[in-house]
Amino acid sequence: MVQGFQTLADSTVATVAKQSGVDRAVGGLSLVDLKIDGEFRRGEIQRGEGRTQGQGGQGQGFGQGGPGGGGSGDTVTGGGASFGVDSFTLYGTDVTVPDLGPLTTSTLTGGRTFRTTETDAAVVVVDSAYAQQKDLAVGDELTVKDVKFEVIGIATADSGQAAAQVYLPLKRAQTLSGSAGKVTTVYVRATDSTKIDAVKTAIQKNVSGTTVTTSADLSQTVSGSLDTAAGLASSVGRWLSYAVLLAAVLVAGLLTSAAVSRRVREFGTLKALGWKSGRVTRQVVGEALVNGVIGGVLGIAVGLAGAYAVTAVSPTLTAELGASTGGFTGRGGMGGMGGGAGFGGGPGAARTAAGRSVDIALTAPVSLTTVGLAVLLALVGGLVAGAFGAWRASRLRPADALRRVE
Amino acid sequence: MYELIGVTKQYRRGQERVDALAGIDLKIAQGDRLVIQGPTGGGKSTLLQMLGGLDRPTAGSVFLDGTDLAGLSEGRLTAIRSRYIGFVFQSFNLIPTLTAQENVETALVPLGVKAAERRRRAAEALESVGLGERLGHLPSELSGGQQQRVAIARALVKRPQVLLADEPTGNLDETTRDEIADLLEGLWRERGLTFVMVTHDSSLARRAPRLATLRKGRVTVTENPKAAGTPAPAGKEG
Repeated sequence: MVQGFQTLADSTVATVAKQSGVDRAVGGLSLVDLKIDGEFRRGEIQRGEGRTQGQGGQGQGFGQGGPGGGGSGDTVTGGGASFGVDSFTLYGTDVTVPDLGPLTTSTLTGGRTFRTTETDAAVVVVDSAYAQQKDLAVGDELTVKDVKFEVIGIATADSGQAAAQVYLPLKRAQTLSGSAGKVTTVYVRATDSTKIDAVKTAIQKNVSGTTVTTSADLSQTVSGSLDTAAGLASSVGRWLSYAVLLAAVLVAGLLTSAAVSRRVREFGTLKALGWKSGRVTRQVVGEALVNGVIGGVLGIAVGLAGAYAVTAVSPTLTAELGASTGGFTGRGGMGGMGGGAGFGGGPGAARTAAGRSVDIALTAPVSLTTVGLAVLLALVGGLVAGAFGAWRASRLRPADALRRVE
Repeated sequence: MYELIGVTKQYRRGQERVDALAGIDLKIAQGDRLVIQGPTGGGKSTLLQMLGGLDRPTAGSVFLDGTDLAGLSEGRLTAIRSRYIGFVFQSFNLIPTLTAQENVETALVPLGVKAAERRRRAAEALESVGLGERLGHLPSELSGGQQQRVAIARALVKRPQVLLADEPTGNLDETTRDEIADLLEGLWRERGLTFVMVTHDSSLARRAPRLATLRKGRVTVTENPKAAGTPAPAGKEG
């Protein structure tokens, strides 16, 4: 059966893909295989002598004993039900786009992943936790709704929570569940991480009946130490930025001041030649401002290179998760768009992960605002440094120029 | 031109009071050429600073054409320096990042001379000191003598009435020293400047028509009728 509250036509994937800022979009179908084994037993009525006595049967799993009978003198014995429920989650994934979808948050630890040609093949990739539970290995067979699938790979979730326990080709999943042409989730990757909000807005506006969940939204749902770690990292980062900024301005000021000291004879000479203090001051401020602009341009170049390097390398932060509802995170972009089910409609959403670690890949998004702010700070830094240097230069007495040669 | 009356300059060096100038009386006429000599710390450069309006006396007056420089505001002093007084320093004091021509132009900036005119006059001034071929050279690309020629061109490009030189040959070898001394004497004679030079070099001092010797803040002026150049008006001892 399809998991979630509603499905979307797979034409939605194409509609989403056309939205501005969307790099790629693929569909996914979340399913749950539910098997119930058990029996109902009828109770036996014994005509009695005015006594009432009931005894429920005992079941297994979700079994429940039946109620005792009632009557004037009759007795019901036995009866009730005994059920065993066996379920696991499946995820139909678009095998033609291997770099986007639920499997991107897992690492293959055995066998292989889907080939792009296996769009309708009877093959599955199994989550390592489920494989361990069911003692499944690569090459084994797994039966789903009377269809035998070959286990071709074992995947381990990167982020503490697997999207599903079993992954199979999307077309196969649609056939199995009788949901041809339907999806529950659309995975979206933005062209730029800075455009995620715009993409979210565009999808919400242009594709009705969807719930859009970004990687940022997902991160907000993660509780416990991850939040603490993120908060700490953010706080430390912010104060570190302030400290570095303050240090940069101070160093720029000191360097300008040192430059004024080094050039005391130069400024003294200009004053001896008849340059007014104001003109010398403007000269110092102007030079500091030019230095600020050059520093800003260089800083932006180095910053862009650094951001590119960080994004290319994607270093990870690891945080320990307490018990929490799961989900999956996007890869530097939009994580998933739930088909009405929210939270990406991921089949792993009901699972609980205890004591799992979550790796968060660091990226360094660059925006025009950031660049503009950097230029502004460079100019302000240059002006502050220049003002400090100019203050020193204005205090210079022209006589110093001659004293230096005495 | 100049008349110094009771000029005193005192400094504090820690707890000690130093009398750099101790009541100097001195007259320097228009077109005069005066050499100031004396031991190190005798007050030579301090006296030159008083004449150039770079420093103010603790007491006394420094009259330049009837105006007491000691009583002028910093702005007026700056204006007088920019228009009437040219300086030549021992260490040339050229701006290392500017070319010879640009260095000379810096003297015309405070006068509000337009850029094209500045360039023309700077080139002319450099030509007059024999550096017409070195306009675009940086100071580091010039010899010591050439750098001092640039400094002289800078001092004279604004056509000042007074040229003050503080040990202008102090950093030069003997041959270059003589070349610079000849150049300065030639320009003084040619332009009718009032020329005051501080030097340790006795051979240069002997060439001056008037010699002021400073010792312990006091000055003694001697005439040298044998020296070449314009006869100097009488000075008096301070």
